[in-house]
Amino acid sequence: MKFIGITWKNIRRSPYQAIAAVFIMMLTFLAFSIFSFIIFGSSRIIAYFESKPQVTAFFRDEARQEEIDELAKTLKESGLISSVKFVSKEEALNIYKEQNKNDPLLLDLVTAEILPSSLEISTYQIEDLALVSDTLRKSTIVQEVVFQKDVVATLTSWTSALRKIGLAVVAFLSLVSLFIMVTIIGIKISQKRTDIETMRLIGAGSWYIRWPFILEGIFYGLVGAFVGWFISVGTLLYVTPYLSSFLRGIPLFPISPIILLQLLGIEVVVAIVLGAFSSYLAVLRYLK
Amino acid sequence: MISLENVSKKFGTGVFAISDISLTVERGEFVFLVGPTGSGKTTIFRLLIREIIPTQGSVVVNSFDVIKLPNKKVPDLRKMIGVIFQDLKLLHDRTIIENTILPLEVSGVKRKEAAARAEEVLSQLGILEHKDKFPVQLSGGEIQRAAIARALTLSPQILLADEPTGNLDDETSWEIVKLLSDINEKGTTVIMATHNADIVKRLNKRIIELKAGTVVNDRKGHKVNHKSSEKDEKEKPAVTEESRKSTETSSFAKASADKQNREQSETDPKKEEHLREKDKKAEDITSDFEEALK
Repeated sequence: MKFIGITWKNIRRSPYQAIAAVFIMMLTFLAFSIFSFIIFGSSRIIAYFESKPQVTAFFRDEARQEEIDELAKTLKESGLISSVKFVSKEEALNIYKEQNKNDPLLLDLVTAEILPSSLEISTYQIEDLALVSDTLRKSTIVQEVVFQKDVVATLTSWTSALRKIGLAVVAFLSLVSLFIMVTIIGIKISQKRTDIETMRLIGAGSWYIRWPFILEGIFYGLVGAFVGWFISVGTLLYVTPYLSSFLRGIPLFPISPIILLQLLGIEVVVAIVLGAFSSYLAVLRYLK
Repeated sequence: MISLENVSKKFGTGVFAISDISLTVERGEFVFLVGPTGSGKTTIFRLLIREIIPTQGSVVVNSFDVIKLPNKKVPDLRKMIGVIFQDLKLLHDRTIIENTILPLEVSGVKRKEAAARAEEVLSQLGILEHKDKFPVQLSGGEIQRAAIARALTLSPQILLADEPTGNLDDETSWEIVKLLSDINEKGTTVIMATHNADIVKRLNKRIIELKAGTVVNDRKGHKVNHKSSEKDEKEKPAVTEESRKSTETSSFAKASADKQNREQSETDPKKEEHLREKDKKAEDITSDFEEALK
C-alpha cells in the first residue's frame, strides 16, 4: 500500500512523462485490439463458409433416386463428410421462390421440372473439398459441381496474412513501448538518484527502491490497455450497423461482451507483463 | 563495539584518504573525531556504513564484519547505525515528518506506529510544530534537528554525526551537542566529527585526532553530568540573531565548498595539491585541538 502511495506521487509529479508512457501503451493495445477483432471476425467468416454446404452436386434429369442415394452413401463412408443433404427438384423450387419472392416475373418462368435436384455436402476439413469435388465429377449422374473453394481459399490466405501483419505490428509496437518505458523510468530514476542514494544509506533494501518504479510501469501498461480497449470497443460498436449490413447473412454481429471482456483480460495480463518487464529492465540498467 | 584494524582507503586517484588506522570504540562511548578537512573523518563514517570498502584492513561494527558483509545484509547494518550526514541528505520533496518516518518505513514499521514514533522524536528535538513543512522552509538549526530526528527515529545503537554543528551558530551548536550527549547517556554510542574546538574543550569526552588520514592522538575523556542544564545554560555564549545568521551562512558556504573540494579531489588529481595546501592552513585548527587535548 505504501508503495502504491509513493508510485502515485511519482506519477503526479511528472505528468508529461506519464502521459507519454500511457499514450505509447495505448497505441500498442489499440493495435492489439483492432487486429484481434479483424482476426476474430475473419476466422468467424471462414468458419461460416466452412460450415455451409461447401460442395453442391447438381444431378442430370435422368439420374435415379437409388443412384443418388448410393453416391451419398459412398461419400458418407469416406469419413471426410460432416453432412450430406439431398435437395429435390420441389425443394429447389421452394428455395428459388424464397430467394426471388420480390420478383414475381422470375417466379412465373420457373417450374420444378427445369431445376435440378442436388446434394449439398459439407466436409470436416476445407482441404478435403477438392477430393470430394473430383469424386463427384467422376460420377455419371452428376451434371455440374459447384463449390466455394476459391472464396474460402482467398479468405484463408487473407486471414493468414492479417494474422502475420497483426503480430508484426503488435510486436513492433510492444518493442517501441518497451524502449520508451525503459527510457521514461530511467529518466525518473536519474532524477531521483540523490534520494535513492540517501534511502540506501539509511537502510533501504533494493526492493524497497525498485517496487515503486515497477508499479509505475505496470500502472502505465494498465491505463494504456484500458484506454486502448475502450477506444477499440467504442469504434467497433459504432461501425457494427455498417458491418452487419455489409456482411449480411454471416452471423458475426453482435460480438458477445464475454469475448470483449476476454480480450480485455488478455490485454491486462500483457500490460502487466510489459509494464513490469520494461520497468525492471530500467531498474537493472539504472539502479546498479 | 566498533573496531578498525590497520584500515587504509586509497581512492582511484592514488590518494590515501586514511592510512593504516586502528581504533576501537566501546559500546556507549562518546567520541569526538577531530581534524582538519581531508583528514579522513568522513571516510571513516563512510567505511562504517559500508558506503565504501577499505583498500586494506578490517572493519567490524558489533557483530558485522563490514567488509565480508553480503550486499543483502548491508541494509541491516545501516539500520543499526543512525547517521547525521554532513550535507544532511534530507529529501527535499518530502516534509519533515515524511523524512523522519523514512527509516521506519524502510524497516517495514506500520505507518501509524511510524508516524507516532516520528512525532515523538520530533517533539524531543523541539521541531514538532514544523513537521508538515518542507526542509527549504526551515532554518539551518531546524534542518539540522530534522536530520538528527531522522537519524534517531530507529533508536540506533550507534550514532555517527558528521559535522552536525558545521553550519550553525555557537548557541545552536551547543544545543545540538547537548542533545547528542543526552542520547549517549541513554546508551547510544556516539561518534561526532567536528571542527569545533570549543565544543570539544567543553565536553570532556574521548577525542580521536586525525591528520592526513592517520590517528595522531587518542585521548580518553571523563564522564560528565550532561544533565546539569543550568550550568550549560550559563556556559552558552551570548549571540545575537544577526551574528547567528551570518555564522550559519558563512559556515554553510565553507562546508559546501570543502565537501565539493574533497569530492573533486577523489576524481581530479590537480585538486590534490590544492587540498594539501588547504590542509596546511588547517594546521591552525589542529593546534586548537592540540591545545584542547593538553
